[in-house]
Amino acid sequence: MRRNSSPPRLFIRLFRWFCDESMHPYIEGDLIELYKERLSNYGKTRADLRFIIDVLLLFRPGIIRPLFTNQNTTSMSIYKNYITIGWRNLLRNKGYSLINIGGLAAGMSVAILIGLWIYDELSFNKYHDNYNRIAQVYCKKNQGGETYVNTALVTGLGTLLKNEYGNHFERVAMVRARTEERVLANVEKKFTEMGFFIQPEGPAMLSLRMKHGTIDGLRDMNSILLSSTVAQKLFGDADPVGQTISMDAAWDLKVTGVYEDIPKNSHFHEASYFATLDRYLNGWASIDAWDNYHMYIYVQLKQGAELEQINAVVKDSMLDHIGKETAEEEKPEVFLHPMNRWHLYSEWENGFPVMSKNLVAVWYYGAIGVFVLLLACINFMNLSTARCEKRAKEVGIRKSIGSLRSQLVQQFYGESFMVSVFAFCIAMAIVQLSLPWFNSVSGKSISIPVDEVIFWLMTFTFVFVTGLLAGIYPAIYLSSFSPVKVLKGTFKTGKRGATPRRVLVVVQFSVSILLTIGTIIVYQQLQYAKNRPVGYDRSSLIGLRAASPDFRGKYEVLRNELKNTGAVIDIAEANYPITDTRGWNPGFSWGEKVYEPAFNTIFVSYDYGKTIGWEFLEGRDFSREFASDTAGIVINESAAKIFGIKDPVGEYLKWSPGRDRGTFRIVGVVKDMVKGSPYDVTYPSVIFLSRDDMQWLYIRLNPAVSTHDALGKIEKVFARLVPSAPFDYTFADEAYAAKFAAEERIGKLASLFSALAIVISCLGLFGLAAFTVEQRTKEIGIRKVLGATVANLWQMLSKEFIMLVLTACVIAVPLGYYFMNTWLQQFVYRMPLRWEVFAISCLGGIVITIVTVSFQAIKAAVANPVSSLRSE
Amino acid sequence: MVLNTTIRKLLLVKKFQLGEFEEVVILTVGILYREAYGVSIKKEIETRLGRSVSVGALQTALKRLEDKGYIESSDGESTEERAGRPRKYFQITALGKKAIEYTRSTRESLYRAIPKIALKTNIVGI
Repeated sequence: MRRNSSPPRLFIRLFRWFCDESMHPYIEGDLIELYKERLSNYGKTRADLRFIIDVLLLFRPGIIRPLFTNQNTTSMSIYKNYITIGWRNLLRNKGYSLINIGGLAAGMSVAILIGLWIYDELSFNKYHDNYNRIAQVYCKKNQGGETYVNTALVTGLGTLLKNEYGNHFERVAMVRARTEERVLANVEKKFTEMGFFIQPEGPAMLSLRMKHGTIDGLRDMNSILLSSTVAQKLFGDADPVGQTISMDAAWDLKVTGVYEDIPKNSHFHEASYFATLDRYLNGWASIDAWDNYHMYIYVQLKQGAELEQINAVVKDSMLDHIGKETAEEEKPEVFLHPMNRWHLYSEWENGFPVMSKNLVAVWYYGAIGVFVLLLACINFMNLSTARCEKRAKEVGIRKSIGSLRSQLVQQFYGESFMVSVFAFCIAMAIVQLSLPWFNSVSGKSISIPVDEVIFWLMTFTFVFVTGLLAGIYPAIYLSSFSPVKVLKGTFKTGKRGATPRRVLVVVQFSVSILLTIGTIIVYQQLQYAKNRPVGYDRSSLIGLRAASPDFRGKYEVLRNELKNTGAVIDIAEANYPITDTRGWNPGFSWGEKVYEPAFNTIFVSYDYGKTIGWEFLEGRDFSREFASDTAGIVINESAAKIFGIKDPVGEYLKWSPGRDRGTFRIVGVVKDMVKGSPYDVTYPSVIFLSRDDMQWLYIRLNPAVSTHDALGKIEKVFARLVPSAPFDYTFADEAYAAKFAAEERIGKLASLFSALAIVISCLGLFGLAAFTVEQRTKEIGIRKVLGATVANLWQMLSKEFIMLVLTACVIAVPLGYYFMNTWLQQFVYRMPLRWEVFAISCLGGIVITIVTVSFQAIKAAVANPVSSLRSE
Repeated sequence: MVLNTTIRKLLLVKKFQLGEFEEVVILTVGILYREAYGVSIKKEIETRLGRSVSVGALQTALKRLEDKGYIESSDGESTEERAGRPRKYFQITALGKKAIEYTRSTRESLYRAIPKIALKTNIVGI
């Protein structure tokens, strides 16, 4: 987060807006002086909070600038009177005003937070100046009867587009598909960083904002652009342009530029460096190959070029280059996917675009935001109509003096706008203070866009709509009173006013209970997946990538040295990480039987099983004692099922993925390991033994040695044997836990929103109960005098509300079942929906209602009837 | 405004209108002499009386006192710590001095009018 020492800008602006011009510079000076002092004494959060409180407390007559400079205009004075009356009403019923404004503010802050979140989602990638003209090249392909949409393409296509179709594009740039994790080193300082290998035109296409050097710095093969964070890490504050750094201890690259960090809401935000594609391809791949699908291709259209037209032109561009047979079978179709659709519209199924998860989330949170705000508005309506009897006389008098109905509508709208503006100010304070927390939960870096005109337009509309929504019912209902009836005293609110109020309470509680059900189920599913047996032992297991050529040939030495430290039980290698499902190959057969699907194939060293803690169902692990094990394989449970061999151990499988790789003997069957998504099926895997150097090292720490000591000892060994690689390890259990991040995020946000929804609903109910009790004070008094017990009265007063909440339960349960069942369908490994969840949610709703209402009911029931009957 | 002042004049039978907080503020302005501005007044009151003072309350009181003509203000230097905003220094006017004197003498005359016995019992009561 940005560390600045200035007070919240929003509140400075608010203060400037309302403060009398003649006073504002002095007071602002005072505020800033105090702020700076508090900043150094108590830290930023408290200083901010105190500043906000001070500003809000300054909102008082004498300091607010005069609203109307000319006080003699009569049409203005009536509005002034509305404000005065509205203000007095707020002050007279402090409790209800608090419930009203507080509830509305809570609802608004949720809506604002969600609004900011959605704004961030919708403005994805807008950081890039050529936002409207950049597109990524995609390819639709027919594979085994299904259509797949691919982004990883061949270098040949990029070169073709540049040379043959160059008249449509301003720039074409190929990038190594996926970010590459590399070790960047400046002598002693070494860091593992993610970045891209891109063609020279790429940085200009992406309009990187350069701090030093040139955007055109990738012309030379051995050059590199660094993000300012990485430059800072490697070189401190010095200008790194012209310096040399090494990558993976293999290449010396010259730094030709430093760019401002790319913000989080960009597709390229991970890029800590941009190196050249030529450097990446050099030595093993050509820039014009048609058989290796490992490139992303980005294009920037010429000004005024139409995407559709270009799509028609490039559609068949691959056909002539990939061989007639493949072309006929796969029918590859090239198309461009514009940048403004990347984030929210990039999911395909069988070749057709489908609603993406990101877009679903936008709708989902948007709906929650609207609902929570609606709940808060309903509160306002409820309390206003409940209070209408008190205002009825005022309406009557105003009408008989000559007020038009339209004027009364104006008045009540004015009041609701006033409350809405108050609530908005408080909501902004809440948002300002909760943003750091919200950012950490939602994984974004959002700030209030104070400088954007659109933001102020939106907030203005927002306050206006809230005021309109909240005020619509009182404005129409209250202004409809007949003055004669009201003033004569025969006026009764009775059933007419109560029915809509009841409906509103039912709506409120339906939403609250629905959100509660949702939250509980999200958490249960999360827990269910977390408790899933994973098939290996995650605790005190660390993994790291052998990211330096220095590792070559040193595995055995490293293994012995590490074991000698006593901090390590075992160490093993594999070609892919254990928390990943990369590596797919088809072509297995058993005798006559040929297996169609591809299997997850990984290569491991001896001791892999011991290191990660495999659980064997049958057979044994690879062993050095059997020389024949080099042609042995271990399969997992799912694979065994697909092979369908009765006693698999000892059988021979043939493997020929394209070319013949030989025959392998099954030596063991292990339990399935959860490597990919913990919600998905476990894939059938075949594990081969390899004695080559491999990418991933796994180290099982000795539980008898403290983790801290063990890591220290291991690091020393690494520093001695492979000095060029940083000791960047990850704990397997942490890597596994990271798979739950998305659902955990949903869970946290959902629980926050439902908690707020419940609080808002309860506030409303509390206020409503208070009014009901107040209206029936006399009745309660008489009943008591005639012998009703406290329990009788409590029952009488609570019954109505409990009925309402029960109705809400009846509505919420089927809806909750429907929504959550749909949500759970996306997971293969999911928990069964149980009725207990629904029962608990409903029961919770009812208990909360009883508690809320009882407070008022018992207070009224216990009161002395003498005092209630004597009044008037 | 004209109407407002007339009404106030009619209503104000009392010679010098000075609320409790206003009194505290004007006295503090006096104590600080030439160093009285927003923050220093606030701190002085907070340390001397041990009660917290909000910027809002203080500024309102200062404005009222100034409107009544008990204190006058002058622009001071603008400093770095205030991000370039000037200070506004306050000083008690002649009218202000009279007001303090008046309040003090009325208080004292009231105090003196309390029979000694009443105060004594009070002390014993504690």
